[in-house]
Amino acid sequence: MNFETIVGLEVHVELKTDTKIFSPSPSHYGAEPNMNIHVKDLAYPGTLPTLNKRAVDFGMKASMALNCEVADVMNFDRKHYFYPDNPAAYQISQDKRPVGQHGWIEIEVEGKKKKIRIERVHLEEDAGKLTHSDNGYSLVDLNRQGTPLIEIVTEADIRSPEEAYAFLEKLKAIIQYTGVSDVRMEEGSLRCDANISLRPLGQEEFGTKTELKNLNSFNFVRRGIANEVERQEKILLSGGKIQQETRRYDEATGQTVLMRVKGSANDYRFINDPDLPEIHIDQEWKDRVRAEIPELPDARKARYVQELDLPEYDAHVLTLTKEMSDFFDATVAAGADAKLASNWLMGEVSAYLNAEQKELHGTALTPDGLSSMIKLVADGTISSKIAKKVFKELIETGGNAADIVKEKGLVQISDEGTLRAIVTEVLDANEQSIEDFKNGKDRAVGFLVGQVMKATKGQANPPMVNKILLEEIKKR
Amino acid sequence: MTLMKKTAAELQALLHNGEVSVKEVTEDSFKQIAALDGQVKAFLALTEEEALAKAESLDNAPKEGRGPLFGLPIGIKDNIVTKGTTTTSASKMLENFVPVYDATAVEKVNEAGMVSVGKLNMDEFAMGSTTERSAFQTTHNPWNLDCVPGGSSGGSAAAVAAGEVPFSLGTDTGGSVRQPAAFCGVVGMKPTYGRVSRNGLIAFASSLDQIGPITRTVEDNALLLNAISGVDHRDSSSSPQQVPDFKTALTGDIKGLRIAVPKEYLGEGIAEDVKDKVRASLKVLESLGASIGEVTLPHSKYASPTYYAIATAEASSNLARFDGIRYGYRAEGAKNLDEIYLRSRAEGFGTEVKKRILYGTYALSADHHEELYVKAMKVRTLISQDFASVFDNYDVIVGPTSATTAYEIGGVVENQLTLYANDILTVSVNLAGIPAISIPCGFSKGLPVGLQIIGKHFDEATLYRVAHAFEQATDFHKRTPSIGEGTN
Repeated sequence: MNFETIVGLEVHVELKTDTKIFSPSPSHYGAEPNMNIHVKDLAYPGTLPTLNKRAVDFGMKASMALNCEVADVMNFDRKHYFYPDNPAAYQISQDKRPVGQHGWIEIEVEGKKKKIRIERVHLEEDAGKLTHSDNGYSLVDLNRQGTPLIEIVTEADIRSPEEAYAFLEKLKAIIQYTGVSDVRMEEGSLRCDANISLRPLGQEEFGTKTELKNLNSFNFVRRGIANEVERQEKILLSGGKIQQETRRYDEATGQTVLMRVKGSANDYRFINDPDLPEIHIDQEWKDRVRAEIPELPDARKARYVQELDLPEYDAHVLTLTKEMSDFFDATVAAGADAKLASNWLMGEVSAYLNAEQKELHGTALTPDGLSSMIKLVADGTISSKIAKKVFKELIETGGNAADIVKEKGLVQISDEGTLRAIVTEVLDANEQSIEDFKNGKDRAVGFLVGQVMKATKGQANPPMVNKILLEEIKKR
Repeated sequence: MTLMKKTAAELQALLHNGEVSVKEVTEDSFKQIAALDGQVKAFLALTEEEALAKAESLDNAPKEGRGPLFGLPIGIKDNIVTKGTTTTSASKMLENFVPVYDATAVEKVNEAGMVSVGKLNMDEFAMGSTTERSAFQTTHNPWNLDCVPGGSSGGSAAAVAAGEVPFSLGTDTGGSVRQPAAFCGVVGMKPTYGRVSRNGLIAFASSLDQIGPITRTVEDNALLLNAISGVDHRDSSSSPQQVPDFKTALTGDIKGLRIAVPKEYLGEGIAEDVKDKVRASLKVLESLGASIGEVTLPHSKYASPTYYAIATAEASSNLARFDGIRYGYRAEGAKNLDEIYLRSRAEGFGTEVKKRILYGTYALSADHHEELYVKAMKVRTLISQDFASVFDNYDVIVGPTSATTAYEIGGVVENQLTLYANDILTVSVNLAGIPAISIPCGFSKGLPVGLQIIGKHFDEATLYRVAHAFEQATDFHKRTPSIGEGTN
């Protein structure tokens, strides 16, 4: 029997507001435990949540960027559960009236475009963090308590691990462009759970789903889903039944592991939070937020293809992160040829960033710097070989390519007289190679060119060296 | 004679003329408490040292710019947090809880120059109407020590009635300021929902709770409400509505005032003696130029179940935070997390509180949410609309505050109709979010009867005007219980 994979994702994204969603404490990542807390975050008796409007702006912005309808009226609900990471014993979330609904993202897998529908985007507060120690105690850190989150819930439209990967990649890019989150999985500002089920091809009804947690990178999402699909398939093929359960992806073994079996659904006893009046979002508010949304990845990609004549592939890679894309735009604006700028960014720059585990803002490279170098290559001032040296200087210590070239005396030697003199010297010293060449060994030319480059510290203009070399050999 | 039975204006005159100092006024309050509270048991905690220190510093403050409440003692109900002073909500759960901040209302009385003398007893987490549900002590009614003072703000009402303090703050979720005010023969106001910040009020039912003043006279009540009212950025449900100077409403003139008397307020379950006093009071109001019409509040009969569904649902949510982890009571010897939760809550909460948490949890459970909580929220709207349509044609609604006068401690109200009538009289006001005041309107067998005046949203001024006019025309507010006589 052949099965169809059905996946829905629930993605939590931390919003990078200055302060928490319902308290005045700072909400940045990385502080000492329990330093970013306020009596409200402790659910101290008598305290009341007060809404950070900026979090609503951010929730609206993300919703709009994900093509959702933004609510005219929304409210907050309390979702109850007892756990020490949750001081009030309820999480303030949105149940029936979320900030955004009915959106979609377009993804592309193996050249095929597809829309993944988004059921809802809702605002909520994050919980604290527990650290379990070996001696039987658990330590509670409430710094994260109250950090604003949006939860993005997709419809069960995803049909393969690759589609899930593509969805997340796209979602991350869109959210990052809007600027509402850093969307860093390693810092927990983007977290993803997957609901996975199988159904026989052609069947309409969904099968029993399992929920997969602990997916700490997009690759783990892809592998975790693939592994869970395999597991379910085996069970179904052997006549077994899928149990509704929560599973965890084990990165070490690549397997999914049972966490808990879901009995009847948890009863969160939702209640409208009486401390937070309903929020009316008028057109003016919506317009103001919409105006803050920058050009999103799809629009940029289209612009690169249509206006800058970049290949689809280049446009896709360049727009994956806003930083890269902004850098590209600025480099082109500084006068660099678009395709050359793209080549450098996707080639040398990306290779450097990968090798050094850095991001663009962590290097000394500037769009002006890169552009100045590309221009020097284009007008023949430096060879592409020299350019690599200049590039290293630019990305490590910064500055302008023209200055570096000048300082280090890296200007390409294109003066015919100078080059001919050097070529003559090299030929005089390598008579055997001339002999070899004349006997049909083409490789000998390469050796001779190499000797000329060596003598000029790589600064000789390579096409000219070739030309002069052949002329001079002929004369002998 | 004690200073504690004088009005704010009288005390202010004495202070101004230098006849007494703030310190002497404060000391007088503690003297009264020392003499009477052994019997009344209104206070859970006294803050004598801090109060006297503050009194001295107030005495040294310049005379100019002193407000009408400057230097006057006040008691605070123990579910309103006070920085550095235990705030227990009369629960074992918070027996040793010392807040790190002041409630907004407390900040405001402090800013007004009032001197807080201590914390007042109540039913645990404000759930009850007798103070017998306090985990620590039962407060006695100063008019008859065998009787309850009402509740849940029983300590606040009894302390004022006994002459221990001239002012107190109570809280009213379903009548908890008005009913004890009625039982103790003092003035108690439940302001419009949103008039007074709830920041620092330990929540029972957040959509119903309001802090309100309890005083001997209407004027004093108006002064104290002025002091504690106003929008607060720490409470999103507090209202930006302008707060008028309530004192200017005290004109004594109610000519042309249109009074509605709902037939449900003088119907089944209301004791005859209470009805008599209320009818007599209506005559007084009529003689002052008001007109009276009978109306009906057709949905008031659903007030009780509606209130219980909503109040317990919210309470079950609000009280979930008392889990033994961060503050408050933690059971000893618990072996794991679940045991900490289960035993701390089982041991820390009293029976009434646990009962209401269970009701509320049930009302919010997935299987009953629609039939109980959601339905109750709809009926709540109908109850509000009943009031709104009456206010289309009338300025205020008048009736009894409570179906009976104070009953004996340990006694049980068995008459189901009386229980229902009590709820109809008080809780529907909270459900609608409108203001209501209780003032003394007579005595029956030595116990006070309360007259309730209910008004439109944010129209406390009219309530004060009517209450004041009635007060000026009668002398019930001048009577004091015999317990205070002979002291000083």
